Amino acid sequence: MAKEIIKVALIGNPNTGKTSVFNHLTGLHQQVGNYPGITVEKKIGSCKLSENQKAIILDLPGTYSLNASSIDENVVIELLMNKKDENFPDVVVVVSEVENLKRNLLLFTQIKDLEIPTVLVINMSDRMKLKGIELDIPYLESHLKTKIALVSSRKNIGIESIKELILNYESLSTEPCLNASTIDIEYFDKLRKAFPNQLVYKLWLVITQDVNFLNLERNEMKSSFTKSHADLKRLQQKETIKRYQFINDILKIGQKIDTSKASDIRAILDRILTHRIFGYLIFFVILFTIFQSIFDWSSIPMDFIDSSFANLASYTKLHLPSGEFTDLLSEGIIPGIGGILIFIPQIAFLFLFISVLEESGYMSRVVFLMDKIMRKFGLSGKSIVPLISGTACAIPAIMGARNIENWKERLITILVTPFITCSARLPVYAILIALIIPQKKILGFISLQGLTLMVLYLLGFAVAILSAYILNKILKIKSKSYFVVEMPSYKVPLLKNVGINVLEKTKSFVFGAGKIILAISIILWFLGSHGPGNDFKNAQKIVENEVYTSSTPINPSVIPDRVSEYKLEHSYIGIIGKSIEPAIKPLGYDWKIGIAVVSSFAAREVFVGTLATIYSVGSHSDEETTIKDQMKHEKNADGSAVFNFATGISLLLFYAFAMQCVSTLAIVKKETNSWKWPVIQLVFMSGFAYLTALIAYQILK
Amino acid sequence: MQTSIAELKIGQKGIICDFNIEEIPLKLLEMGCLPGNSIELIQIAPFGCPLYFNVNDSHVAIRLETAREITVVIETKI
Repeated sequence: MAKEIIKVALIGNPNTGKTSVFNHLTGLHQQVGNYPGITVEKKIGSCKLSENQKAIILDLPGTYSLNASSIDENVVIELLMNKKDENFPDVVVVVSEVENLKRNLLLFTQIKDLEIPTVLVINMSDRMKLKGIELDIPYLESHLKTKIALVSSRKNIGIESIKELILNYESLSTEPCLNASTIDIEYFDKLRKAFPNQLVYKLWLVITQDVNFLNLERNEMKSSFTKSHADLKRLQQKETIKRYQFINDILKIGQKIDTSKASDIRAILDRILTHRIFGYLIFFVILFTIFQSIFDWSSIPMDFIDSSFANLASYTKLHLPSGEFTDLLSEGIIPGIGGILIFIPQIAFLFLFISVLEESGYMSRVVFLMDKIMRKFGLSGKSIVPLISGTACAIPAIMGARNIENWKERLITILVTPFITCSARLPVYAILIALIIPQKKILGFISLQGLTLMVLYLLGFAVAILSAYILNKILKIKSKSYFVVEMPSYKVPLLKNVGINVLEKTKSFVFGAGKIILAISIILWFLGSHGPGNDFKNAQKIVENEVYTSSTPINPSVIPDRVSEYKLEHSYIGIIGKSIEPAIKPLGYDWKIGIAVVSSFAAREVFVGTLATIYSVGSHSDEETTIKDQMKHEKNADGSAVFNFATGISLLLFYAFAMQCVSTLAIVKKETNSWKWPVIQLVFMSGFAYLTALIAYQILK
Repeated sequence: MQTSIAELKIGQKGIICDFNIEEIPLKLLEMGCLPGNSIELIQIAPFGCPLYFNVNDSHVAIRLETAREITVVIETKI
């Protein structure tokens, strides 16, 4: 009888196309979450194997072996060691690929030693002909004691056979393929005798790494089976050699490679992309193209979203019965949601470019190209990945710093990444640039606004690098510097993978940040449309009085505008804003901007939404106006525009440097396991931002 | 002739004969950087570091100081 649901774990080396296999098996039935207590991404999906059999598939982080060197890899080991874990798999699917089969099989033989039913997927079979590779599948199956699915996730071939093998997992052999304990017979015999109920390989894994597995037993084991670090490593080396001997013997017969057939474009591409001049040139051109296109291409959908929400807000105001609820809808919720949705085009483009760079294998070349330079600043070549993906969002970027082996390099990367211009700053930049920089083209094709944006990105990058340099001099941390980067073969990115990635990331951004933005806009609306005391309540009368008793005649038609203004100034938000005004006046901000700046400490992108809410509360008109128009027409008491060049630049600089993201602070706390670093980040970044904004305004005004 | 892999020229191959296990990350061993396996220097990054090798059909980049700890017998002369 079939089991209710089969639990499957997908395991494999990085760059084997494991995620594409996962995407093929589960389609869009995926859930992305976190493992409890740590920030490792947990991807689970469901898959229909047959008419009445479902499987739950867990996509585990990529790992080279069962010897963990990061918390991501630890997740894999902890799961496989703990039979009581709710996700403990009924069957493991190891994903390997034809070109690196030898190395991929190392992990496979380790998993087989745990005596869990295991299926071997050999992916990228479409490249076999190109590389002159032939495989004797029945031979490999019998010697590896498993069933093999030859798959091409790119061409969507063989996915059904994986499903079939999973369905029949109970018929798989659980016998290990080799006996690893022969590397030190005496030692392993002792282990076996001391713990007769446990698998020897499991015990060995517990001894060699920091896995939270049966803690008590572990301490006991440690005392009687301790070996020096170097001795353990020597044994691990012996184990690895032993496994490779076994694998080599099998592949000698089971795999034929005709190197004369191998047409390698990799060597040519490598020569160009890592060239000492062209390499950097190409990298710079790619970055330039990305930023130009983000600004140019996304402006059309963004303008469309902006004006549609302005229309919607005025439509609701006109057609719904007037009252508190309509006001909340048209002045709080609709502009709030609009303020979230407007980022979608830019964020989607950014994630699109980043996932294309990662999928194609180009990112590793950039790491290679940049390592020496980055080390001068106390960073690693691997820091380039967080620094680039930080342009999308600092949160995944900081988590991405995990594969930096050296703790000092990793810490510095974490600390400086928030200086990188993230997508949340984009809407703020975009709207301010549109207000203060003319819409001109230089040399006929470079837009001045796009160029300004690029300068802001470079500025963020420069400050990040500079702070890294200073931190490198200040921080006294000694840690061994290991640096191993795999250079994967070049691949044309798969549309499906890129698409799903962009969709997932955008979705989690919209819903994650969206909740905060929506909540803040509702609170702001309330604070802006209610006020204490009689000043707020009697605004109409007070303003009328003023107008009619004024010594110089005033046209009564200004009364409704004046009333709205007066109300806003005496609302709760007006009172809060006015009280912080002295601190922000020297930067060139009025109290309305001040409110927006303060509320964007929850998340930067709140800035635009906040101003949208404040301005729509503060205007009486039902006419549709976009946020940009409202900002353009905002006037100081003396009639000059609020958003002039000096204020605009001061704001741009403030947003470039200030640490205004609660979620980032939370992630930094998690990743560094201390409050010290996020607090330092908050104080220094925001202080620096205030100072530069102050200097800029005072010079420019 | 024995030398460290840091001394190889681009395109030169050698057979790994020895290394200082204390200074070599386990990950590198797992990728096939083991005595008896062949290793080829594919590319040197600008400014001389890191170095990009093909070892045991794995393509990896490592830093100069790690490369200095791995000794090879040179196979091909260039």
